[in-house]
Amino acid sequence: MAVPTYATPLERIWHYAYIAICAAIFFFLIAPIVVIIPLSFNAEPYFTFTDKMLEFDPEGYSMRWYDSLLTFGMTAPDGPRDLSWWGDAWANAKWVQAAKNSIIIGVFSTILATVLGTLAALGLSRPEMPFRRAIMAILISPMIVPLIITATGMFFFYSNPCELLTLFGLDPQCGRLAGTYLGVIFAHATLGIPFVIITVTATLVGFDQSLNRAAASLGASPRRTFFRVTMPLILPGVISGALFAFVTSFDEVVAVLFIAGPDQQTIPRQMWNGIREQISPAILAVATLLVVFSIALLTTVELLRRRSERIRGVTPH
Amino acid sequence: MANAALDPHAAIATTASGAPDRLTTADGRPLVRALARSQSKARRRAFLLVAPLLAFILITFVVPIGQMLQRSFHNDGFSANMPQISAWFAETPAGTVPDDAAWTALAADLTASAEARSIGVVGTRINYDLAGSRSLFTSTGRKVRRGIEPPYRDALLEMDEDWGDPQLWSAMRGASSAVTGNFYLAAVDRTRDEAGKIVQVEENRRIYVTLFWRTFWLSGLITALTFVLGFPIAHLLATLPMRKSNLLMILVLLPFWTSLLVRTTSWMVLLQQQGVINDILVWLGIIGDGQRLQMIYNQTGTIIAMTHILLPFMILPLYSVMRTINPSYVRAARSLGATSWTAFRRIYFPQTLPGLGAGAMLVFILAVGYYITPALVGGSSGQLISNMIAMHMTDTLNWSMAAALAALLLGAVLALYWLYDRLVGVDNLKLG
Repeated sequence: MAVPTYATPLERIWHYAYIAICAAIFFFLIAPIVVIIPLSFNAEPYFTFTDKMLEFDPEGYSMRWYDSLLTFGMTAPDGPRDLSWWGDAWANAKWVQAAKNSIIIGVFSTILATVLGTLAALGLSRPEMPFRRAIMAILISPMIVPLIITATGMFFFYSNPCELLTLFGLDPQCGRLAGTYLGVIFAHATLGIPFVIITVTATLVGFDQSLNRAAASLGASPRRTFFRVTMPLILPGVISGALFAFVTSFDEVVAVLFIAGPDQQTIPRQMWNGIREQISPAILAVATLLVVFSIALLTTVELLRRRSERIRGVTPH
Repeated sequence: MANAALDPHAAIATTASGAPDRLTTADGRPLVRALARSQSKARRRAFLLVAPLLAFILITFVVPIGQMLQRSFHNDGFSANMPQISAWFAETPAGTVPDDAAWTALAADLTASAEARSIGVVGTRINYDLAGSRSLFTSTGRKVRRGIEPPYRDALLEMDEDWGDPQLWSAMRGASSAVTGNFYLAAVDRTRDEAGKIVQVEENRRIYVTLFWRTFWLSGLITALTFVLGFPIAHLLATLPMRKSNLLMILVLLPFWTSLLVRTTSWMVLLQQQGVINDILVWLGIIGDGQRLQMIYNQTGTIIAMTHILLPFMILPLYSVMRTINPSYVRAARSLGATSWTAFRRIYFPQTLPGLGAGAMLVFILAVGYYITPALVGGSSGQLISNMIAMHMTDTLNWSMAAALAALLLGAVLALYWLYDRLVGVDNLKLG
């Protein structure tokens, strides 16, 4: 992006103005995420930089909001920090419970979405797949349909999943899915599936089908071909799809608000309640932890993408 | 057959079998049928791979939404619990003054419904169309349980003179059939008058059309803003050398990967009256301490936060298209005497249109259905149609109304999605 030698003075000015504009937009993109990190160490319950913080006075900073994440909801938060204190935090602290729930729901919905989504992506990328375009459109639609509509539909369906069978003249009795872990896992898997489909089909675009035929002609069974030839090549795409699905679940609040019971309190739901009722800097501490988490995920995905491009010999972009 | 005859292998089969139009495989089956069989087998295999997921999505996603939308035109809260008066409405034309038969039927239904303790459901159903009428049903229900004597007209009017209100009778007529289009009428601020004609509701109750317009207008504005902010960035990333652009790309991808709630929270923190931006403005002396700007809990908050959140969805498709644009076209234009502005406008910009279209449609589709961000930072003037659906679901419990609004929103989104699929293709969606 150097200025060409034949540029007129006006073009030179415009060039530097352009760089400045881009810098400002990058600032707009990143500043809101960065600014909450120092604010989460605020010693006062304010959402702005206090004078002490600006003077870099150590007294202006504290870990109290991180501490409150552990103590909030504990039966005996003030005791000595021995093994039983930590046991109490593990068993009772609200944010710890929320984190546990988020991880359980995230992991299982990711497994479900990744297994079903990868199989479907394999089928969809075969040239003989019938109704390819229409089916693809249906499978991607959970990403497009407004979340509130999805959540509303699921709310009615999951409250009484057997109601559907009455259409066929049956009158079965079965439990509710709403308010159960299984219900939330199903809902989150549904929302994560489009991401798996998109990333895995993108990986399969560069996939050489003759490799499969070569394996078959050398006597490998379809299963062996899949695990020894196809899978290693598409694995980076599968993993990034899984990470997308996990993040979707980990960040999802609308469906949880509608179908989860009091037991399925997740981190986003706890944050939502915290923001709506009385926002405290403890929310910023959670937000900071989540930012660190997303940096880790982003790094993983970037490394995977580069690896995938290297294996498949696709030039980047 | 003509094509098969050109195939050298087929030619061998032809000589072997001796019949030019009946090609066979080595084991003697007709080639056409063998090919068709192997193709249908391949199709079946491909479909079987997709089938589990398709079934899962149909059961957990498509059917639930269909079931929910059914509520938008089907509500039997009144008709199922008030069968006799519903039958009377079915027999008489709209606008008929209730006769003795009607009053008798009404009294019988009210008594039965009060005994069955379903009068609340009935009242709720009428309340959707005529605000304040739920208490009329419940209080009358309490009274008829103590007994009601003919003549029923006088008895009911004695209990509450509102029973003579023509608007009430018109509302009951509307609710008397389980299948109704009234919720859709209400969703576009229309109602039926006593004679059954479709009219606009009173001026102070027209909210939905305004809200739909606001949703589309704000989504359009946000799309335009993401374009204005995203275009320079995408262009910079596409023209920089790979190593630098990969580094800067992280600044785009980090917000994309960061939790939506985290980003919304940061904007709440930044934009508050006692927040960082106002503090900086006061410190710089641009505004006085007493004139801190109200940038949140209104439309401004929704616009700023949503633009920030949706910006990566504009940058990524634009970037992937701009990467493929050959820079020599612009250089050629310059060498032929075009100014840099003309070269940009006539040569470069038209080539970015596919990416621009993809990004703009994606941002618009996502913005139209946004719920969380407007709910948290929108105040009352920054609410979108999704928030109204949520309100009817959780606060007023008018589920049929929520379903009707959802159906209209879904229709708009699916139309855009169809257009997106035709123009861009869903399989061209890229994430990062």
